[in-house]
Amino acid sequence: MAEVPILQMHNLGKTFAQNGRAIEALRGANLSVRKGEFICLIGASGCGKSTLLRLAAGFEIPTTGEALMWGMPIAGPGPSRGMVFQDYGLFPWLTVRDNVGFGPRSRGRPKQEIKETTERFIELVGLQNFADVYPHQLSGGMKQRVAIARVLASDAELVLMDEPFGALDAMTRERLQDELVELWSRSGLTVLFVTHAIEEAIFLADRVVVMSPGPGRIDSEYAIDLKRPRDIASRDFNEWRRLLASKLHSHHARKAG
Amino acid sequence: MRCSRRDIVSTLASDTDQLVARERATRQPIRRSFGEGGWLRLRPVLLAIAFPLALLAFWHFATVSRPASLIPPPYDVWQELEDLAFGGINDDAYSRTLHIHLLASMSRVYGGFAMALFVALPLGMLIGRVRLVRELVDPTIQILRPIPVTAWLPLAMIIFGIGPRSAIFLVFLGAFYPILVNTIFGVRAVEPRLFEAASMLGCTGSAQFFRVVLPAALPSIFTGLRLGLGFSWVVIVVGEMTGVQTGLGAIIMEARQLSRTEIVISGMIVIGVFGFLSDQLIMLLGKRLLAWSPSHG
Repeated sequence: MAEVPILQMHNLGKTFAQNGRAIEALRGANLSVRKGEFICLIGASGCGKSTLLRLAAGFEIPTTGEALMWGMPIAGPGPSRGMVFQDYGLFPWLTVRDNVGFGPRSRGRPKQEIKETTERFIELVGLQNFADVYPHQLSGGMKQRVAIARVLASDAELVLMDEPFGALDAMTRERLQDELVELWSRSGLTVLFVTHAIEEAIFLADRVVVMSPGPGRIDSEYAIDLKRPRDIASRDFNEWRRLLASKLHSHHARKAG
Repeated sequence: MRCSRRDIVSTLASDTDQLVARERATRQPIRRSFGEGGWLRLRPVLLAIAFPLALLAFWHFATVSRPASLIPPPYDVWQELEDLAFGGINDDAYSRTLHIHLLASMSRVYGGFAMALFVALPLGMLIGRVRLVRELVDPTIQILRPIPVTAWLPLAMIIFGIGPRSAIFLVFLGAFYPILVNTIFGVRAVEPRLFEAASMLGCTGSAQFFRVVLPAALPSIFTGLRLGLGFSWVVIVVGEMTGVQTGLGAIIMEARQLSRTEIVISGMIVIGVFGFLSDQLIMLLGKRLLAWSPSHG
């Protein structure tokens, strides 16, 4: 019996109406994600990578085609698919602890369970000493850790990340990348990660999905066969970087011409 | 390089440690040199007192030992204030009546304010979040809003008669608009991202109103409360100037007719002090409720 993919997209398309004009953000996307895979979506701006992610989250309703999770159509946002936003999206009036506990509490879990879940995931992202602090008192990297813990505490099987490290400084970004890979390899999570940084994609992904703009669509897929932990200075890594860079560069050239 | 980079990272203090260190660094100097810290703490108080002291001095020298002066000197006003509060100096109709007037005014201020709160808060939330209500009510409110509260006074007297009810109505109106407008703004200006975050975490429908909209709107609602309460104190004097026997506005008006200017000024001072105290009280409440907000806590 064939294994049912955690996420499937068939001929998925999305057209937005903007000032009376129709803008086709995504056209005919086909993608299948197995449980436990780490997928990076990469492409220039306007290639529909964020739209694809938002369709998977259920924040948008597709214009054409369908998105399925475990074979069931995605009808709206839900705890099984947790999004980590670039701008964090934390609730500023809740402490770190209450932000992480928001999901379990929303779903009416018993008090003791909420407490245990919250503590476990705060510890997982190393914020034990900051559990009672409000988001505005945290650095960007710490906020993003809270956002990740919040999604995990909510039992997300599929973690959707929309350029989550894009607003962070280089040092923090690299550390969070390391931590994310570590977390992913231990937990069996499935991750769909949008980025425009080639190096980030190669470092993180099992499979890189390259997208191209005008209208946004999936251009090609590459299985990254480098063994982990990956060395960004190795020759193989550089070859991947060269290959993907030329691929992405051709999109710019095509667009300009 | 990736590997060596990890080493660099691990030798650096983590950003959490840095934060703690930063906090310590800002706290320590104050503890070490208490004398300097004491001066820094006193400075705003001294500066805040210097200006009114200068004004008081000017008032004193401009009015003292000048029988023809229309304005009584500060000491006379102080004595009148004492007499109003405790009696024993003039022993006239006004002696020891301050608490009656103050209580009357305060009950009208807080009564009218509470009524405004009960109407404006739910109405503002409905206008802000329910399109039908907004389209139905908002245009009318936009037209009524520019009418000054004082312009309502004659009509209020016609409807509610001469008495405290007109004053309470005016306070209600005065507090109503700031609370309403800020509530509408607060519940409408919630970041869309927070709705997405809530719904993906399983918080949907009406639960979102209580767990997202309301807390997100709180700082704005709070600004409305503060403005509304401040305005209530402004309006109460106007409201009490016609036809009520008690209240700070009433004695100010009455004393003017009797040329008891020191009572007029005493009444003004009492209104100023209690308006200030009631603002401080609400600020204190805000500090508690809005500790999470960088612009309030």
